[in-house]
Amino acid sequence: MSAVGHAPVNDHTHDDHHHEGTFITKYIFSMDHKVIAKQYLFTALIMGTIGIAMSVFFRMQIAWPAESFKIFEIFLGKWAPDGVMSPEIYLALVTIHGTIMVFFVLTQGLSGTFSNLLIPLQIGARDMASGFMNMLSYWLFFISCIIMLGSLFVEAGPASAGWTIYPPLSALPQAIGGSGLGMTLWLTSMAIFIASSLLGSLNYIVTVINLRTKGMSMTRLPLTIWALFVTAIIGVVSFPVLLSAALMLIMDRSFGTSFFLSDIYIKGEVLHYQGGSPVLFEHLFWFLGHPEVYIVILPAMGIASEILATNARKPIFGYRAMIASILGIAFLSTIVWGHHMFVSGMNPFLGSVFTFTTLLIAIPSAVKAFNWITTIWKGNLQLNPSMLFSIGFVSTFITGGLTGIVLGDSTLDINVHDTYFVVAHFHLVMGISALYGMFAGIYHWFPKMFGRMMNKNMGYIHFWITIIGAYGVFFPMHFVGMAGLPRRYYDNTAFPYFDDLADINVLITIFAIITALVQLVFLYNFIHSIFYGKKATANPWNSNSLEWTTPVEPIHGNWPGELPTVYRWAYDYSKTNEKGEYVIPGQDFAPQTVPLLKDEEELNH
Amino acid sequence: MTVFLIIIVIALFAITVWQLNKIFQLSRSTESLESSEIASDKDNRMQGNLMLAFGIAFYIFMIYNFWSFGDRALPAASSEHGSDYDNLLLITMAVIMFVQVITQGLLHYFAFKYKGKKGTKALFFADNDKLEFVWTIIPVIVLAGLIIYGLFTWSDIMDVEEEKDPIVIELYAKQFSWHARYAGKDNVLGKANVRFIEGANTLGVDASDSYAHDDVLTGELHLPVDRPVLFKFRSQDVLHSAYFPHFRAQMNVVPGMITQFSFTPTVTTEEIRGTEYMREKVARIQEIRKTNSEELMANGEEPLTEYADFDYYLLCNKICGVAHYNMQMKIVVETQEEFDAWMAEQQEFIETVEPVDQQTASVE
Repeated sequence: MSAVGHAPVNDHTHDDHHHEGTFITKYIFSMDHKVIAKQYLFTALIMGTIGIAMSVFFRMQIAWPAESFKIFEIFLGKWAPDGVMSPEIYLALVTIHGTIMVFFVLTQGLSGTFSNLLIPLQIGARDMASGFMNMLSYWLFFISCIIMLGSLFVEAGPASAGWTIYPPLSALPQAIGGSGLGMTLWLTSMAIFIASSLLGSLNYIVTVINLRTKGMSMTRLPLTIWALFVTAIIGVVSFPVLLSAALMLIMDRSFGTSFFLSDIYIKGEVLHYQGGSPVLFEHLFWFLGHPEVYIVILPAMGIASEILATNARKPIFGYRAMIASILGIAFLSTIVWGHHMFVSGMNPFLGSVFTFTTLLIAIPSAVKAFNWITTIWKGNLQLNPSMLFSIGFVSTFITGGLTGIVLGDSTLDINVHDTYFVVAHFHLVMGISALYGMFAGIYHWFPKMFGRMMNKNMGYIHFWITIIGAYGVFFPMHFVGMAGLPRRYYDNTAFPYFDDLADINVLITIFAIITALVQLVFLYNFIHSIFYGKKATANPWNSNSLEWTTPVEPIHGNWPGELPTVYRWAYDYSKTNEKGEYVIPGQDFAPQTVPLLKDEEELNH
Repeated sequence: MTVFLIIIVIALFAITVWQLNKIFQLSRSTESLESSEIASDKDNRMQGNLMLAFGIAFYIFMIYNFWSFGDRALPAASSEHGSDYDNLLLITMAVIMFVQVITQGLLHYFAFKYKGKKGTKALFFADNDKLEFVWTIIPVIVLAGLIIYGLFTWSDIMDVEEEKDPIVIELYAKQFSWHARYAGKDNVLGKANVRFIEGANTLGVDASDSYAHDDVLTGELHLPVDRPVLFKFRSQDVLHSAYFPHFRAQMNVVPGMITQFSFTPTVTTEEIRGTEYMREKVARIQEIRKTNSEELMANGEEPLTEYADFDYYLLCNKICGVAHYNMQMKIVVETQEEFDAWMAEQQEFIETVEPVDQQTASVE
């Protein structure tokens, strides 16, 4: 369905749209973007809870190796005889934690939720370009979640070759138990996930291009939309490559082809594979895998930009530079994948090229960070929980991003590759930062989603304990990496070299447990506020963008009557006229629907 | 002990939440009764102050980390290229920490300084080309410097200088052990393929290749000091990664292809044991192990083995299966004479394989 097919829907008023569907069409198989956004959010929160619980489990094993815990016995069953975690399940937990958090929480939970919620609302559209495709996208996502969770209950264990599933480990059940049925389900789940992601992304792109309301030029779009739009483009470019890698791996596993395997002797016999290369898989995987981290972080950047400007009561600094850096990051993100493979055995010359492109990406990232800091400079900061999480986002993005300069340098990567230094780096820069973006978005747009407010005090508690805990986990972890401790080790006491790191690991685990527990405060606040939160007003944060011009009670088609017309960009906060007074007397913001006023200076938007 | 610790953590956590909630409740009760869940001036003041407090605490925490965990970092490199590596790392770290300290400071200070107050007017400041140019060009220059330094070091490391006559050693990985094959007197490795694996010939060396006859297979890696070594890596099953942390060297081991890495060890095992860093580290570990052993024995279990002396080690650094965490090999760096003496004790490959292989080999 294109814009042409949708035009009539856009034009007529929605009086005839009050045909109330049944519960099933309204809440389950809904084609309304706002309901689909909530479906994504709920699913992602459930997956996130599972993913974080897993991380607590394996952190406990790392801190107190071979110790018996009742909780392991309860949740892991046969994988934790007498409550002691087995190495098999340790690797499986690490693998599934990574998979769930990267794909199911931070990809679809973040861009799925906020693309669906915000794109139509902030560009002034009745709905997505194709409601049906949108619904299909969610339900494919749901199926892939079910399959992924189902794989946890397989006899030989779930996939356990790391979330990057490098063959031959992931291809040979003889090499590790999880590479049997567990890996088959993992691959099936991911193939469906990719289909879901593509349907969603195509829809977002078409919607942003075609369904912007009158006056909403590309340079008047809020940065959230720019970020979500570019994210969708990266997704369309890179996800199909992972699909092809997954399909070839499925063929190697099930049909005896040799795309990735060669010269293998295992369990006393030579296998027939000949001529394939695991390095090829690494290229294909990271051709998606690296853009993937930007798929994760760009929406968070967009959300943080919007919330920082709104709550600073200031325009975002360098709007055009922000767009340019989003585009720059998006372009560069597709040509840096080789920095995951400096020591993979690929030609060292390629390593030089990828070092060059990788360090280039620091430039647009630096510009963004400086622009955010300048945005809050001389502001009138309204420190709502969403604002705190946005500031926290900038903080962790800088801390985590800076160590990328070490890892992106092929020389320095040699000795920290695959150590805890890497784990600390990417958790801060794309894990924690993206989660902060997600939390910021949830606190900020909760009133739009549910017509109620979240409790701010619980929000404050959630923020402060989370930021202390997250830094407590990941800052010391850099030092564990600098000491040369490899990641994905079930036990660091098998030999004495790392005995002196045990105390740091205990510290990290304690912070991790506290941080994980405080998320329960958030969950309670979230669920409680849906039913008992304070009723929201139409525009609680005094924001300029279009979504706050819709009625508090969400309706199908978003706006009763005509679609709003846009006259200005989204960031006219605290704009003054020549006399130094707000352009709208007594109000420090000028919503996008307000025409330019007399003696108001026009910006180039 | 652990259970006790967990209970304490949970209890402390519960108290924290309870107290924080109480503080917030108290601070709110004096405020107007509207409480719309939107930050009031009071909230802004409190959160702004907390931002400053957090910024300071974060500085302290960073210093604490460097202070008390900094000594766990690896010792100075024991290889020739390693000193360049350490240098580059030091420069990069200095740049990173400089930027980190400034930006985090600004961020948290601004969040404190400009906390909202009713009636305050924010500055409408949307663009400034000069500023943006400045902070685009500064990272460009700094990164250009780092990239150029990095690339020169990288090509030095990766460029194998054959004319320096490196000693050629094959490192062979399988689940879950490392094996070494020295190229022998001719310094040329014989052909090998997993399809030749049979009986004692566990590395799949081609016995019909005359270059293979003088190859020497060992389970321990001995390296002569100050002599370039060219490692050829081979795996028989899954991906592994040969990680020599003290030599700043790492290369993945890929089934179906031969990868390589070359470095020159410069510090013998004997020498590094004598360094202050290593004596302190070993003493610290011994202390920890003693405490742990006492605890174990109190529970009626076996004590830990003694950790007498430091040895270099090779680790597997690519997830390779359930015992990935325990796949390692001892490395001994010694003088040329010691190395020659050790080598003289080793058997050549042709002496180790069964006579059948020898026959076919001699026929050819």
